[in-house]
Amino acid sequence: MSDPIWIIGSNMTKFGKHPELDIIDLAAEASLAALADSSMAMTDIDVLAVGNLMNASASVGQQLQKQIGQTGIPVFNVANACATGATALRVAIMAIQAGQAEVGMAVGVEKLSGMGLLSGPPEAPRGDTWEPRGRVGALGPTEGHIGTDIMPGVFAQIGMEYGHTYGEVSFDLFARISEKNHAHSTLNPLAAYQKRFTLDEIKNDVMIAYPNTRPMCSGNCDGAAAMIVMSDERKQSLPSEVARRAVKIAASVLTSDPYTPGCQVLPDINTLTRNAANQAYEAAGIGPEDLDLVELHDCFATAELVHYDNLMLCEPGEAVSFFESGAPWRDGALPVNVSGGLQSKGHPIGATGIANIHEIVCHLRGEAGDRQIEGARVGLAHVIGLGSACGVHILQQAS
Amino acid sequence: MTDTDPIPYVDYLDLSGEPQLVTQACTQCGAQFFGRRNACAACSATTFVEKPVQRTGHISSFTIVSGKTPYVSAIVDCAGVSVRATVINVEADADHVHLAMPVQLTTYSAGHDADGREAIGYAFEPQTTAEETSI
Repeated sequence: MSDPIWIIGSNMTKFGKHPELDIIDLAAEASLAALADSSMAMTDIDVLAVGNLMNASASVGQQLQKQIGQTGIPVFNVANACATGATALRVAIMAIQAGQAEVGMAVGVEKLSGMGLLSGPPEAPRGDTWEPRGRVGALGPTEGHIGTDIMPGVFAQIGMEYGHTYGEVSFDLFARISEKNHAHSTLNPLAAYQKRFTLDEIKNDVMIAYPNTRPMCSGNCDGAAAMIVMSDERKQSLPSEVARRAVKIAASVLTSDPYTPGCQVLPDINTLTRNAANQAYEAAGIGPEDLDLVELHDCFATAELVHYDNLMLCEPGEAVSFFESGAPWRDGALPVNVSGGLQSKGHPIGATGIANIHEIVCHLRGEAGDRQIEGARVGLAHVIGLGSACGVHILQQAS
Repeated sequence: MTDTDPIPYVDYLDLSGEPQLVTQACTQCGAQFFGRRNACAACSATTFVEKPVQRTGHISSFTIVSGKTPYVSAIVDCAGVSVRATVINVEADADHVHLAMPVQLTTYSAGHDADGREAIGYAFEPQTTAEETSI
């Protein structure tokens, strides 16, 4: 097995509304704090990877350097849907694994407050006679004419599909998954929303796409997260007070969606997540039974359910039983999304994939404050970006 | 097809006879796709044949998108081929739409353009029951 790579610095900003800050302010805040956390300076960093989706062509990494340190190192600006942040971290890790760098910094940042339902670029105006367009020669918009493409609807169908395959899903079940994450969020001061909802409040809120009501959807918000990663060899030279808080990256995996029948009709977010989890467990030499906590990509309540199964936190088809057992509550057998998840913590897309790893880092360091999972030694962080990309990282406490 | 014939809203809706959906089926591995292809996503082969999709199926997943006029979006399993569609001729609420519900292909007018030419869209609707068809 190759030498491990270590997280030696980690930070995330408060997620929420930051009208007074631009994306570079947010990225700089997280980056400088992560550097301070690792007792490193920009001059120590060999490679920088920066994830941002909404300004993917704006060289955000170089803009960040111009505010916090232009040292001439290679910069990789990455965009990979909701897996953008995890992809940035993966790039920094790969650079170290390839022997091209000893110390890397990964940053994810996004500003989404007030953007409402996210969709692609607006369609160019059409003339007054029919004109077939695109891959299927559509004469007009497909939304509403050929089902739906909006995210709450797509992920609603993904959750309902699980019910068709295995039975037992219901509006009430999905609402209770959301109830759990909102309850967890009350202990996370960095979450965008820290309000505990009753089950009735969740079910009676505005319906977005059945069965997802508004609180069952991830919140658009602003935020950034940053992480400093280091080779095993370089870590040997760290002062003990820095090395002591280092967290081992036991596995870092990124997958895309392999072809499965129907996957171009309804995205198959299951197979690539299962593939990523399998590869990660094998690389780490541990299994799901060894995990002390999991942060998974609950972009909608309907998504959380299927990932219990995809990450093999339960037997195939047993996700509903897993939830009903109370396991994923913070006092359960395998706490899931103790940060509040994307539904409460918020989902500033580029930052999300690093922020969920930051949550695991906090627990493994014993620095998660009121929401600390006592004795946590191993954690898994998962993100998925539709299109699709899946990142799975397994972290272990330094032994 | 003449300039006055109705035009399908998407090119995989075949209106030449009884309306049907048509996939591009890979001649090497049989994988089926809707729309223009460069190559097969399953095996990378580059030749395809058109293959009609069964007109009936069942709902394998659905959602109801809220708004001024809520609509039902479903994934319909038509003898193993997944189709994305809007479900019409049904109340758009969870009391009237359910998993495994039998549905059938239907068409609707998507409007006329400035030349007066009509566009025809496809959707699915609840299957007519055996009792009703026997009358």
